[in-house]
Amino acid sequence: MNVRLYLWQRTTAAVMAPLVIVHIAVIFYATRHGVSAADILARTRGSIAWAAFYGLFVFAVSIHASIGLRNILSEWTPLPERRVDACVVFFGLVLALLGLRAVAAVVLP
Amino acid sequence: MIGRAVKHRDSALWIAAMVHRISGLALAIFLPLHFLTLGLAIEGEARLESFLRWSDQPGVKAAEIGLVLLLTVHLLGGLRILLIENFDWRDDQKQLATLAAALSAIIAFAFLVRVF
Repeated sequence: MNVRLYLWQRTTAAVMAPLVIVHIAVIFYATRHGVSAADILARTRGSIAWAAFYGLFVFAVSIHASIGLRNILSEWTPLPERRVDACVVFFGLVLALLGLRAVAAVVLP
Repeated sequence: MIGRAVKHRDSALWIAAMVHRISGLALAIFLPLHFLTLGLAIEGEARLESFLRWSDQPGVKAAEIGLVLLLTVHLLGGLRILLIENFDWRDDQKQLATLAAALSAIIAFAFLVRVF
């Protein structure tokens, strides 16, 4: 991992730490009486705050997971570096697209 | 020779690093599925509700507890790494790793009590 990727990895980790803590708190809160789609969507639909929160989360996790996966593929598989890079860029883009689609699904009215 | 080469694997800190890596890999595999599930809301509230009712099965709930454990263990393992790299060196690294594992287990157990 080069210095630029290392900094992205650690910066996204630091950004996500408070987001994950809030997310775990939301999981506990949301499951207090069982999870329902109506409860989830009532909380998130039309909320700019949740859109920003989960939008940032998706952005950070797409970068963080891609770099982590790159480290694993580089160290644990015989794949050449260029192929590893292509795989993780594809993975990161798919993750970001699916994540933003999910955010749009629960936030847009 | 091989014994010496893998001796470091007995170390609690090597195990902590491996747990951090495996939990991260598992979360990376789970995330696309999580996003696809939430994306069901595009097709309407009823579609998401239908999936959530399916997820009431004990086996799925058990998997959810595992995911909470993975998320917590990866979070605390990551905080440990940020602490090591950005602050003064501490001599209690093994205790920090053990504390992270214990706290993760407590949070996952609390979630278990909540969903069952």
